[in-house]
Amino acid sequence: MKTSDLAGLAAQNFRESVLRSSLTTAGITVGVASLVAMLSLGIGLQRLADRRLERSGLFDTVVVFSPVRFAGLGRRRLGPAPHKSPPLDESARQTMARLPGVAEVYPDIRVPVLLRLGSRQRLTLVSGTPPSARSSDAFKGMLGSFFSAASPGEIILQTDLARELSSHPAALLGRQITLSYAERQTLPASAPAGKIAPNSENSNLSAGFSVIRRDKTLRIVGIVKREPSAGFSRFARDGALIPLALAESLNAPEPSSLTDALQNHPAQATYARLIVRVRSPQAIQTAESKIKAMGFRTFSLLDTTRNIRRFFAVLDLFLGIFGSLALIVASLGIVNTLVMAILERRREIGIMKALGASDSDVRRLFFAEAAVMGAVGGAFGTALGWAIGRLINAGANLYLRRQHFPPEVIWRLPWWLVVGAIGFSILVSLAAGIYPASRAAQLDPVQTLRYE
Amino acid sequence: MPQAAISDGAAIQASNVSRYYRMGQDVVRALDGVSLEIRRGEFLAVLGSSGSGKSTLLNIMAGLDRPTSGRMLVLGRDLTALTSEGLAHYRRVTVGMVFQAFNLIGRMTVAENVELPMRFAAVERSERQARVLNALERVGLKARARHRPAELSGGEQQRVALARALVNRPAILLADEPTGNLDSRTAAEILALLHTVNQSLATTVVMVTHEEALARRYAERNLHLADGKLTAAEAR
Ligand SMILES: Nc1ncnc2c1ncn2[C@@H]1O[C@H](COP(=O)(O)OP(=O)(O)OP(=O)(O)O)[C@@H](O)[C@H]1O
Ligand SMILES: [Mg+2]
Repeated sequence: MKTSDLAGLAAQNFRESVLRSSLTTAGITVGVASLVAMLSLGIGLQRLADRRLERSGLFDTVVVFSPVRFAGLGRRRLGPAPHKSPPLDESARQTMARLPGVAEVYPDIRVPVLLRLGSRQRLTLVSGTPPSARSSDAFKGMLGSFFSAASPGEIILQTDLARELSSHPAALLGRQITLSYAERQTLPASAPAGKIAPNSENSNLSAGFSVIRRDKTLRIVGIVKREPSAGFSRFARDGALIPLALAESLNAPEPSSLTDALQNHPAQATYARLIVRVRSPQAIQTAESKIKAMGFRTFSLLDTTRNIRRFFAVLDLFLGIFGSLALIVASLGIVNTLVMAILERRREIGIMKALGASDSDVRRLFFAEAAVMGAVGGAFGTALGWAIGRLINAGANLYLRRQHFPPEVIWRLPWWLVVGAIGFSILVSLAAGIYPASRAAQLDPVQTLRYE
Repeated sequence: MPQAAISDGAAIQASNVSRYYRMGQDVVRALDGVSLEIRRGEFLAVLGSSGSGKSTLLNIMAGLDRPTSGRMLVLGRDLTALTSEGLAHYRRVTVGMVFQAFNLIGRMTVAENVELPMRFAAVERSERQARVLNALERVGLKARARHRPAELSGGEQQRVALARALVNRPAILLADEPTGNLDSRTAAEILALLHTVNQSLATTVVMVTHEEALARRYAERNLHLADGKLTAAEAR
């Protein structure tokens, strides 16, 4: 028998016994719906967590340290010996930026400054903030706004610092503040001949820098809260934030400047620390190991992300198992329906055999009917699961709004889950059809046709 | 080869065919050593009292049942040597069957019932419609194609069953008491149809019946069964 004929007959049989088929199909529908709802919830939660991790900036970051090691201090295990490491300079930065999965590489610049506002002044650290930090969770719900792209002369204050500078922190927005810092000025390549003693021992003292105090006036554009997790977060730990470009242009001395002055030509300035941001937490492992292979010391919260991922894998597994159980229970309904159908259609099976249907035709017909129930149940179930997921999502968001949290998508139905759920439903239904189908195929036509 | 022993005109040749049913200690001999030969194009009636083994013989000819011993050759092919898949193929290609109980499928329309054997035989869809109408026309029921069997009289249902049996153009038509549920006038109509089929399509017809009068009128030869054994054969 041709497949199209088989499908046609199966569909007809399905339609003709509407009540029983639809009850069985309803069972499958519920099973598939619970499977879809649970898995889509699991996937949604995982994505939500991923998104949170990504935006938190905690788990998509590798901090790369300058390989400087002071001999005799016995901290060998922290990294490779310096003579094996290349300097953490511009060319290393470029190489890291080209690694797969790396979104950006920027120097971690923290500069000690004196902030003056009217009569008050405070000593603090400001850190350079890349434009990409705009999307970080640290700036969610901040007062004012993130740095505008156009103007470099802006600063964002930490709430604590803002309170110290003014009793009405909100009133600080838009005001000018003076920032004093120490600028590093490279000394002329060769010391003016004759002025310094032409001592041959000092002739290569040309490398070096001097430190000069400078003032800059900046406009306060925002005030950001220090979050409890800020211990690790890059963007909320210092007293104030300035645009990265501004921080770089300050040319403030860093600890590495001292060792640079001793070891290298000062023109080949190295970074104390680089921050490598990867596109997704998944990419962190390869990026980190590649950077390590380059000879640098690194730090990341990789292990933490790994644990979080493991948790979600287990959660998904359990949700999937519960959903599948519902589907398997529903498939017992298919077995029942088909066995009943055999009893009811004994004579029909005999007639079909008398008309030339082979055992395998009969078996395939019953399989096809099981598949039709599985497909219809799978389709309805996916739709129902989708609706349930939407409902859960809406309910959760209602709750979040009550608690004054921003809405979240905690539920996702990716296309592969739709296809997979319907396919799984058909597969389970076919498995449920094995026993009834082989029983139907084995019926003796002579017996079934015997008497009326 | 055994087939060489068969005369050219033989459609069916049974040699020493027995069919036993074991009922605990007892053995029911539904067929007991039946040997017969049916020519191509012959119209044969099988007569006998209830339980004499008529249906058993017909079912073995139809490839629905297998003999306990003996051989059943149809058009030179040994049915006892065929696999169940081979028998199914034989049933859909070589024989058509008509039953006392009509055995139409009530969920399907008349046309769908007639189409069913062509589905099993994987006849092209485009060809089927014409063949359905053709077969229904032969039995005079073309106008009822879209009706359900329950909407037809007994005689009409049996005509549909006949159309269904013929739609795959079988060489052999096997009818098990086709008139058993019909009044005598309708029975005569059905037998006349069988006769026409036998004449115009050269189909070999084997018909089981209780009614000797009808058998005498239409069949070329009558076989009598009693307790699973052939008793007498008479030619018209
Ligand atoms: N499955 C079975 N188990 C036991 N005995 C059986 C079985 N099938 C048939 N028989 C017996 O075989 C014998 C022949 O049966 P069969 O149906 O061929 O008779 P029949 O001539 O067609 O009778 P009727 O005219 O009533 O249809 C009967 O005695 C019947 O009881
Ligand atoms: Mg009988």
